[in-house]
Order: sequence, then C-alpha cells, then structure tokens
Amino acid sequence: MNLKPETTARIDEVITHYPVKRSATLPLLHLIQEDVGHISDEAITWIAQKLELQPINVLEVVTFYPMFRRHPIGRRHIKVCRTLSCALRGGYKTCDTFKSEFGVELGAVSADGEATVEFVECLASCGTAPVVMIDEVLHENVDCAKAKALADQIKSEAAARK
Amino acid sequence: MSAPAQTRIIFKHIDETGYTNDIECYLRNGGYEVLKKAVGMKPEDLREEVKKAGLRGRGGAGFPCGFKWSLVDRKSGKPIYLIVNADESEPGTFKDRYIIHQDPHQLIEGIMISCFANDVKQAYIYIRGEMPEGARILEKAIAEAKAKNFVGPNILGTGYSCEIYVHRGAGAYICGEETGLIESLEGKRANPRIKPPYFPAVLGLYQCPTIVNNVETLCHVKHIVDMTGEAYAKIGTPNNTGTRIFCVSGHVQRPGYYEFPAGTITMGQLLNDVCGGPLPGRTFKAVIPGGSSAKVLRFGERYKGKRKVGAEMVEYDWGVEDVPMDFDSLAMIGSMGGSGGVIVMDDSVNMVEALANINAFYQHESCGQCTPCREGSLWMKKITTRMVHGDARPQDGALLKSVADQIPGRTICAFGEACSWPTQSFYLKFKDEFDGYSEQKKTLPADRLTIV
Ligand SMILES: Cc1cc2nc3c(=O)[nH]c(=O)nc-3n(C[C@H](O)[C@H](O)[C@H](O)COP(=O)(O)O)c2cc1C
Ligand code: SF4
Ligand code: FES
Repeated sequence: MNLKPETTARIDEVITHYPVKRSATLPLLHLIQEDVGHISDEAITWIAQKLELQPINVLEVVTFYPMFRRHPIGRRHIKVCRTLSCALRGGYKTCDTFKSEFGVELGAVSADGEATVEFVECLASCGTAPVVMIDEVLHENVDCAKAKALADQIKSEAAARK
Repeated sequence: MSAPAQTRIIFKHIDETGYTNDIECYLRNGGYEVLKKAVGMKPEDLREEVKKAGLRGRGGAGFPCGFKWSLVDRKSGKPIYLIVNADESEPGTFKDRYIIHQDPHQLIEGIMISCFANDVKQAYIYIRGEMPEGARILEKAIAEAKAKNFVGPNILGTGYSCEIYVHRGAGAYICGEETGLIESLEGKRANPRIKPPYFPAVLGLYQCPTIVNNVETLCHVKHIVDMTGEAYAKIGTPNNTGTRIFCVSGHVQRPGYYEFPAGTITMGQLLNDVCGGPLPGRTFKAVIPGGSSAKVLRFGERYKGKRKVGAEMVEYDWGVEDVPMDFDSLAMIGSMGGSGGVIVMDDSVNMVEALANINAFYQHESCGQCTPCREGSLWMKKITTRMVHGDARPQDGALLKSVADQIPGRTICAFGEACSWPTQSFYLKFKDEFDGYSEQKKTLPADRLTIV
C-alpha cells in the first residue's frame, strides 16, 4: 500500500485504542479511504494482514457500511438527505438540481470527473431541512436556489484549478 | 393556555453568542466543577443520586438510567466499559449533534462522572460516520481535558484513571441499536445480538459488562450530580423527570430544538405556540411524535381513558393537541416519546407517499439477519413504491398490513418493531387514503412535492 506517512502514523496510533486489534477495522478503512479515495482489493488484504484477520473479515465490513466504497468517485461528493423531514421540505428537488447541474445520475461520476451526487439517509439535521453534505461539510436549508449556488461554486473552483 | 417558557439545562449554551467549544470557555462557565465534586463522593452514592433523579434514557427507549446501571455485573472481575451512543440516526432526531458541536465538554464531564460512578476505566464515544467534524471536535475536547487532568491517568490526583476514545461509524442506522453498536465497535458488521444472553450489562463489549447510554442522557447525569437527584426529580412530572429536548421538523413555521421540563407542554402548545403553527394556508394533518419509528397521530382523532394523577385515577379525553409530551402520556395513546423527534405533516401530504418515504429508509437500514425484518421491510417498500410510481390497487393497504403484522416479536432486535409500526399505524389511521389511493392518485395535483 502506498499511503501517506501521516496516514501510516495515524493507523499505528489508532490500533492502540483497542484491546482487540479487530476493533480497528472501521478506523483503518476510514483512514485509507480518506487517503486513497476508495477501498481496493489491495487495501482489504493490507488491513487484514495489519489486524491479523482474514480478508473476508474486512470485505464483509466494507460491503455492510454504506460509507465505504469499492470504486473511485467524483472529486466532490454531494450527499443529499432523502429522508422524510428533508423530503417534506423539498429534498428531492434539491437532489434533482444537483443532478442536472452536473449532468449525472445518482451514484455516477460526472463526465468531467468533478462530482458524484448521492441520496443518503437522515443526517440528523432535520430542523434545517433540506440538508446536503458536500465532502465533510454540512449545508443547511438547501433549496433549489442554494443548490444552484453551491453547484456554481464547485464548478468555479474546478475551473480555477485548470 | 399558552406554552410555558423553555427551561434550558442541557441546551443552556447552545447558540449563545460568544460561547465556544474550547475548554477555556467551558471552564469560565463553571466547567468541570461537578466532576471535582463527584470524585470526592463514593461511586455507589453517585449511582444512588441518578436513581433518585428518576432519569430516563434519552436515546429512544426511555429506560431508567439508574436501574440500567444497577444491572451491571460488578463481580465478574472483567473490566466494565462505557459506550456513549452518539450514532444519532433515528429520522427526525437532531439534538446530540448540537451538544457535540457546540458544547462537547458538557458531554465529556458527564461521561467522566458516569465512568467514575461505575468504575469504568475505558469509555468509547461511538459517533455516526456522517459527523466527521463532530468527531474532530470531540477528539480535540478530549485532548484538552486530558491536558487539564480531567481525563486520563490519575484524574485530579485521586488515583482513578480513565481514557476516552472516539470511534466513528460508517453510515449504518442499525449501529444505533446498542448490541449492533457493540458488534460494530468490535470491528464487525453491526448485526444486533440476541438477548438473552447478550445483555450488555453482563456480556457486552468483548464479552465484558458494558453500559450504553445516549449522549443527552450522560449530559443529564452531570446536572443531577450538580443539583442532587432529589432536586432534579422536582423538574418535570413524576416518572418523567428532568427536561426533554424536542426536535421539531417538517411542516411548521419554526422548526428547531426546544427544551422543556418533561410533561409540562402539550403537543398543541409545542406546535402552535412554540413552533408558530402550520405553514401559511395549511392545516396540520399528522404528526410522528418520537422519531420516525413512533406510531403516527392523526389530527382530529381522540384518545380516551383513565390515567393516574397523583394517587387518583382520572378520565382523559384528548385530541392530538392536548397530549402532554412525556414518555407515559405518549405511550398511553399508543405511540411513544422515543428520541424526541417530532415530524409534522400538513394537508399537502399524501400519507401513502409519506409512508413510501419511511419504508424506503427501513428497507435500506435492515441489517438482514432476520427473515421477517429483511424481507418484510423490502416488501413494504416495494408495495408502497409501486403504489406511488406504478399501479396502485384497492387491496394494497390490507396487504401492507398483513406484511407489517408478521414482523414484530419475531426478530432479534427492536428494529422489527421500528419498521412495522409506521406501516401499521399509517394504515390504521389513514385507511381511507390507502384504500382509495388508486382512485385518488388520478386527482392529486401533478406538481405536488415529490417525497419518494
Ligand atoms: C433500531 C434502533 C436504533 C437506535 N438508534 C439509536 C440512536 O441512534 N441513538 C441512541 O442513542 N439510541 C439508539 N437506540 C437505542 C439504543 O439501543 C439504546 O437503548 C440507547 O442508546 C440506550 O441509551 P439511553 O438509555 O441513555 O437512552 C436505537 C435502538 C434501536 C432498536
Ligand atoms: S430485526 Fe432487522 S435489524 Fe434487527 S437484527 Fe433482525 S434483521 Fe437485523
Ligand atoms: S431527514 Fe434529512 S436530516 Fe433528518
């Protein structure tokens, strides 16, 4: 595994949090996904070795938890809350706005590689519905106009990078 | 009668200008004084205070906290663990988020007092994966508290040592169920364990005695030790002591979080006076009072019976608006106070479509171990989705009910109940809408809000 030195350091530190190494499975998956972007077969074998497990013990965890992914996604990850309180306040329209702004279907990567739009379940911010998480940041009261503004911002940041 | 004023104990500093989440600010506001007091007391006396306070768990079940602590196996010779349930994922619930982000030291002080009271040497905060910032804030707060000797080795020179680590989940609702959470913390799929024998108090994390408490519950412990259990028990109503935080979302003018002495406010006061009533031109149609699993209430229906007030039995005849928002009253009318998540729907909502939204959630979140839950939640979702997006048939409501009725009581964990109650209660209370949906669908406005 080709990991950043700080990832390796954090991996070694986090294992010490638990009396049983296997407990570090989720933390290691998070650290590796944050570093590499997704969980490859190589990562699964690597974690299994590191924690003295069988690869299946790691794979079954990866496939159980929605946040872990086996394939790369767009540079920006747009997660729109689908659940009732957000839906009652227009969450589906918010999601449609992001889909059309980036020209993608749910779960797919936009042609320019910039964005992946997904529906997720309740983000525990129902009082400021509809809500959207972009990468690690929560955005509240995201109506269509705000969704458009957020999409524009992502696009202009992408343009600035080119 | 207009609503009483809020009593903010847990949310005292939430949204206060100038209040920051660092330890200096917390100390300026009297922080960690209660921990200093607690470590001078006997652990069993602290547990007694929590019992006297009548504190009930704020994670959903309303289980008495002092009683839970008394079930812990203290003779096994194994270490005792405390797990803070910060998974906050019951739809409609958003209170722990604000404690974690804005007042993390209140939680840490509550955790340390609870650990000391139960001779816990190691605590874990299990925070849902979708709160990465919350996890970082907690880690920083723990480091700050360690630097001041409130956490870690030899706390405040007492010889007592205890560590706290933050453990992140990864997007699965079932990790909120305490035994699923324990499996997840052990690095496995979050498949809940069967009880008996796996009661956490005896065979929990690593098969050791384990206490699982919600974030808010542990914050209450701090205030109980501060003011004494007896004083705390005077807040609220008998058997529903202390304050409750209501998280109101959906179709009201002012959604948000509101803290009141338990049982002192009715649903009508909360929704009309506190939350400003329905949106312009709308009327309330239905409300789910305690997180999306709680049974729905229909505006216009009445609840009648006898209840105990003091030593006497008195008759009650309530509309939805009259119901006091406490665990016992909501249970009495066939629903529950649960996690305090109040989801409001107005007359623009079709109930088949609302249920279809909820069913999609439960189908997605079933862990899949038990056939009735895995298949039942899938069928319920498929039926309601087909009703909305495909062909609806007059007999679909009855079919839904027959599926839902076969799940509860036949599963490993309470998710079985949680996923069937919405379908059962929606059909019971809005039978007309389900049975007539195939016809009504043709006349519903085409531009209505999509919710599934
Ligand atoms: C399906 C399911 C989901 C749950 N989700 C949560 C949750 O997100 N947060 C929580 O604190 N408790 C949740 N609970 C309740 C926990 O199992 C447990 O009762 C609670 O954490 C105990 O803490 P308390 O006694 O302080 O309330 C859930 C229970 C079930 C059955
Ligand atoms: S009831 Fe559902 S969620 Fe609970 S253990 Fe069974 S399958 Fe899993
Ligand atoms: S329903 Fe969207 S945050 Fe809860």
